[in-house]
Amino acid sequence: MISVKDLHVRFGKLEVLHGINQEISQGEKVVIIGPSGSGKSTFLRSLNMLDVPYKGEIWVDGVNVMDKKTDITRVRQKMGMVFQQFHLFPHLTVLENITLAPTKIKKMAKDSAEHLADTLLAKVGLTDKREVYPGKLSGGQKQRVAIARALAMEPNVMLFDEPTSALDPEMVGEVLEVMKDLARDGMTMVVVTHEMGFAKEVASRVLFMDGGVIVEEGLPTEIFENPKHERTQAFLQKILH
Amino acid sequence: MIDFFMGMATALRGAVAYGRGMQLLNGMFITIQLSMGAILVGLVLGSIIVAFKMSRFKILNFISFVYLGAVRGTPAVTQIMLIAAIFFAGFRGNRVWIGILALGINSGAYVAEIIRAGIMSIDKGQTEAGLSLGLNKVQTMSFVVMPQAVKNILPTFVNEFIVLIKETAIVGFVAIQDLTRVAQQILARTADFTPLLVAAAMYLILISSLTFLLGLLEKRLRASDRAQR
Repeated sequence: MISVKDLHVRFGKLEVLHGINQEISQGEKVVIIGPSGSGKSTFLRSLNMLDVPYKGEIWVDGVNVMDKKTDITRVRQKMGMVFQQFHLFPHLTVLENITLAPTKIKKMAKDSAEHLADTLLAKVGLTDKREVYPGKLSGGQKQRVAIARALAMEPNVMLFDEPTSALDPEMVGEVLEVMKDLARDGMTMVVVTHEMGFAKEVASRVLFMDGGVIVEEGLPTEIFENPKHERTQAFLQKILH
Repeated sequence: MIDFFMGMATALRGAVAYGRGMQLLNGMFITIQLSMGAILVGLVLGSIIVAFKMSRFKILNFISFVYLGAVRGTPAVTQIMLIAAIFFAGFRGNRVWIGILALGINSGAYVAEIIRAGIMSIDKGQTEAGLSLGLNKVQTMSFVVMPQAVKNILPTFVNEFIVLIKETAIVGFVAIQDLTRVAQQILARTADFTPLLVAAAMYLILISSLTFLLGLLEKRLRASDRAQR
């Protein structure tokens, strides 16, 4: 469903992705690991054109995303995204955060959008917070609302950009639980994370990125127990113990 | 002491005698017209210029660059004289329009900067979150960024309005009968400066009322901030 060919991204003169090739199929849970500055987030953000590549191809469900004639907003409607810093809308209540996109984009009626939001809030375990402003939530709660907000557009794929990196340690678990639920429901997921436990448990495939390329990829067991490339070995050695 | 107050009373009576009070009131009315008209023109122009400045079209960027540079790089008095001389030579209508246009064009540049600063104060992540949901740029601006930016824009905007009210005193240079000009004309005829004092008091009342309203506004904005925090 997502096909990436020879993708290059640069910021000013600095090239941060040097040719990424990747096929992601329906239902896959791809976890991207690697040191900071390796281009993992940029790769994820280029999939919905938040970072605009200057060379290469991205196809999503048969649509050429980088074609100037493609309506990128339509592609984004089917790709949910969750950010490290949540980016909830502080001037809107939890409920309004979730209903904004369906009511404005799909012109969904207010009561059906609220019904949908209630279903999603129940799914992420925050039914009692529907009337609250984001400022009153903990980090873990914010991130769960952000997941519900992205799900409200009924996306075919969910992109997670280090969703637990800004959280206090005791809140990481609640967010990972929601993500695991989502994985069990069959959602296609691309996750940039430092949570190796999550990668081992949930990933159908792990990508190790370093220096703007995918150095190695494979099943979690292959990558974590028997990494082939020495950069992968060095990285894992540093973080696993 | 008593002499001083007696003197003041006589002077004030002089200031408003022979229909001068009426003239000053008319002047104030013109000043209010100028301020309100110019701030509206400024708001519309300022919004357009911000859109130009943030547009991806180079030609629009350039227009906003020239406009902002020209307005902010020359004195307002010179601007209004130029506009009157170039576009309104032989103009027979209500001269207040000249003032509204010239002051509005001037104010637009400052309003543009105020709006732009307000928009820039909103975290880029807000825009990205809006776009990632599939909102287009206009929707993201109207439902996500602007509602937050307005809180930062409003107090500065009211402040700009206050500055503008005082700035209207330059319209005398193109023969518009505003408060300052009327007072100055009476002074010229009678060599009595009390009409200018009365004019100053009228400005003061106008601006203090606005400052008071601004205070209320900021209080309300803070309250709504607290509710969300």
